Amino acid sequence: MKLVIKNTQLFTEVNLSNNVDVLIENGKISQIMRSENNAISDQELYVVDGANQILGPGLVDLHTHLREPGREDAETIETAMKAAIAGGYTAISAMANTNPVADNAAVVELVKTKAIQVGLCDVFPIGAVTKGLEGKELADIAGMVKSQASVKIFSDDGKCVSNARIMRRAMEYIDTFGGFISQHAQEPELTINSQMNESVLSHQLGLAGWPAVAEEAIIARDIALAKLLDVPIHFAHISTAGSVQLVAQGKANGVKVTAEVTPHHLYFSEQKCESYDPIYKVNPPLRSITDQAALLEGLLSGVIDCVATDHAPHPVESKEGEFAKAAFGMLGLQSALGAITTVLEKNHKIDWKKLFEIMSINPAKLAGYSQHGGEIDSGKPANLVLIRKQANDFSNSILKSKSMNNPFNGERFEYSIGATIFQGKLVYQDTGFNEGLGLTKL
Amino acid sequence: MSLSNLLSIQDLDSKIIWQILHTADEFKNPNGGKPKKVAALNGKTVINLFFEDSTRTRISFETAAKNLGADLINFSAKGSSVSKGESLKDTAQTLKAIGGDIVVMRHWASGAAARLANANWIDASIVNAGDGTHEHPTQALLDVYTIWKHFGDDFSKLKIGIVGDILHSRVARSNLLLLSKLGAQIYLIAPRTLLPMGFDKDHSTLPGVSVSYSLDAVLPELDVIMELRIQQERMEGGFFPSATEFSNLYGLRKERLSKLKENAIILHPGPMNRGLEIDATSADSEKSKVLEQVQNGVLVRMAVLFLIGTKS
Amino acid sequence: MNTELGVDLLSRDDISRAIRRICHEIVESNQGLENCVVLGIPTRGALLAQRIGNTLAEIESNSKTPIPVGTLDITIYRDDLQFRSQKEVTPTTIPASGIDGKTVILVDDVLYSGRTVRAALDALRSHGRPQKVQLAVLIDRGHRELPIRADYVGKNLPSAANEVVKVSLAELDGNDGVKIFRRVEDLNKVEVSK
Repeated sequence: MKLVIKNTQLFTEVNLSNNVDVLIENGKISQIMRSENNAISDQELYVVDGANQILGPGLVDLHTHLREPGREDAETIETAMKAAIAGGYTAISAMANTNPVADNAAVVELVKTKAIQVGLCDVFPIGAVTKGLEGKELADIAGMVKSQASVKIFSDDGKCVSNARIMRRAMEYIDTFGGFISQHAQEPELTINSQMNESVLSHQLGLAGWPAVAEEAIIARDIALAKLLDVPIHFAHISTAGSVQLVAQGKANGVKVTAEVTPHHLYFSEQKCESYDPIYKVNPPLRSITDQAALLEGLLSGVIDCVATDHAPHPVESKEGEFAKAAFGMLGLQSALGAITTVLEKNHKIDWKKLFEIMSINPAKLAGYSQHGGEIDSGKPANLVLIRKQANDFSNSILKSKSMNNPFNGERFEYSIGATIFQGKLVYQDTGFNEGLGLTKL
Repeated sequence: MSLSNLLSIQDLDSKIIWQILHTADEFKNPNGGKPKKVAALNGKTVINLFFEDSTRTRISFETAAKNLGADLINFSAKGSSVSKGESLKDTAQTLKAIGGDIVVMRHWASGAAARLANANWIDASIVNAGDGTHEHPTQALLDVYTIWKHFGDDFSKLKIGIVGDILHSRVARSNLLLLSKLGAQIYLIAPRTLLPMGFDKDHSTLPGVSVSYSLDAVLPELDVIMELRIQQERMEGGFFPSATEFSNLYGLRKERLSKLKENAIILHPGPMNRGLEIDATSADSEKSKVLEQVQNGVLVRMAVLFLIGTKS
Repeated sequence: MNTELGVDLLSRDDISRAIRRICHEIVESNQGLENCVVLGIPTRGALLAQRIGNTLAEIESNSKTPIPVGTLDITIYRDDLQFRSQKEVTPTTIPASGIDGKTVILVDDVLYSGRTVRAALDALRSHGRPQKVQLAVLIDRGHRELPIRADYVGKNLPSAANEVVKVSLAELDGNDGVKIFRRVEDLNKVEVSK
């Protein structure tokens, strides 16, 4: 497929440059030129109108639950990939808490192979740290690293590697193979039956509290371990002001610590639990307004390296009854860009350099996804996203996911995804294009 | 403000609180004895939906509904489809098909009543008869009714001590809100492990509420002492070391009884653990209004069902 | 501004004359007030009961004890609650002498369907067993739905079903008067314009 994106605003390291045409051939960017100078005419060329849209590197997610294998009723690799491209993502990372758990080469290769067959974006499997996510024995680390899935990130996400001895050994062992751990920081003894952020509100609502310290205690411990061992450590979905502070201190002390934050923790506060609607039940829980402000500041100042969705599909029956009985988790792939741009715009004018750093460049670099989050220049891989400035009410009706646990239903967003290009192919376009239909030729 | 559901004390303003209390008073038999029987809810169906055992609350609501002339259906979870894993939604839709006008619900999960009222599964009015560790609004209303009958309209001059496991108590939570709205001075009396966030000896997040770690320190000032039921499982959770130690520090016992004001009253939501939070002498003393609470419970629940069931 | 929609029926003086006449009839019919208790039905019936009590005290000024006056709330006994927005109860106050064996004179402002009086008879039962129950009303506007009639009537006022009769009393409304509103909607306009 050859295609040209016309009249777009191109994101570069320095600025947005207007009225640019980008020509894409054989999966790569072949030429960038001023629109007025573009005299190319080719019968085989597909045209994407890029007017009033910003062209940037395709988004990269370090934290996605694909549910396959095991819970194909909630999501499949294919539906998650469709949701990803509709959300502007060209690379996602498949969390290990499937059934069977991705704690061996066979499971990660299965996910990788299926994803390649679907072919709509890149899927990078994450391996479990411990067998069965049980926190007792190390998983088949080397096997997963050397598999066709070339696993680099390890995580027991959904559960914390809470045992300090196991965590230390895992950090050392995984470092042996050049990987690193994405830790789900949650001290289990402080969160027995916990339902929402521990606060005056949790008391009022009678929902068992989830103290901030349950996250911060693990982060403090693991930063100390990372310092001792001189290995990298990444923290998944940090949610409290204290966590931001700990990560900032760790960075200041030269520890190789990185962190991600989810769109929903930036967008919603614990007040949402007042409805007892389990759609707002998530792990870690939605936090206070003070925590939200600290997270946003951490993200803008670079303490938090990137945004990750923690896209966690659940079937309706797991998310509609009693709060205490419901499953933890929210959808996130399709709403992430809209939510983050809306948060940023409410705070300041959007800095597009920052936006592409936190949603594409930084996570790609962190995970070593070399085909993603790079400079947009001729000869570079064409994994791209077009972002449209267009106020819209985000609605469940556009969800590509198999599940509907979307807390953003009805939220007003300032931006939406215009198109997604993966390996030079136009895999998603929001208007007039549906699975290969309605493409206009020059 | 008209009452269409009773989910939380938080939703009530002082006007409607007094309307409930005065209506309850109208149901009181002026000659003593059983409450008045009226036909106000003739043709209406009240469904008692109990996901958790509570014989006292259930029969209190049952009596109230019958005194108002309503038809009554008891639906308890034990041995029913609910204990076999039926969802709240399916249960609600079953009740909708049966055609209840008011659903009185007791549930182990906080917010279950609010969920049932707001999820559009059912048209009936919902009365929260206790949801998890959240609220038990009719219990607080009957406690306040009992206090009112003893001390009159002016709550601002009353000092009320709530003693024990405040953290896990839906009774305490509802009482705190209700008494605070009526302007009473409230002492939460408990060790720190049993106090919710936002309340300690230097902090309080509700007007009129202060904290004392010592029962003996405030006992002589109290007009009302409300002892909460202590659950056995709290000892395993590390909230306090032993029943004996709790009883020594916070139990209402003979030697403390004599230090209470002469006209002070003792309340307990029941069922009592005699010998743990309250000893036999205190439970059976003249100051104890536990049986009055039970009687008043029917009146207050009649008032609530009446106001909800006759809403236009 | 819509007050002209209401037509004045009774003035302040008419009301006080009507009350005085009712009181004389009560004294005459009961041959004194020995065994009588006056119970007003809230809201305005209770105020009228107070006035009747005061007037009776003037008329029978040589009587040793003033006639007992109380209030009887009937809200919980109504059979038309679903159609009424007002469900506020007023505390019932029965005079200490009670009602057992007494002649209870029930007082209300307007007698219409008779349902209020029926509820009042039910309400009385929970307070005792009177020897006799009589009914005094300021206005009888007809349209009875139950076999009930008043013993003492201030004014008989034939009205249509879609009209509204509104009694104002100084204690509550600032001034005394009785107005008739031709249509229910007209009354609503007045209420809104307030």
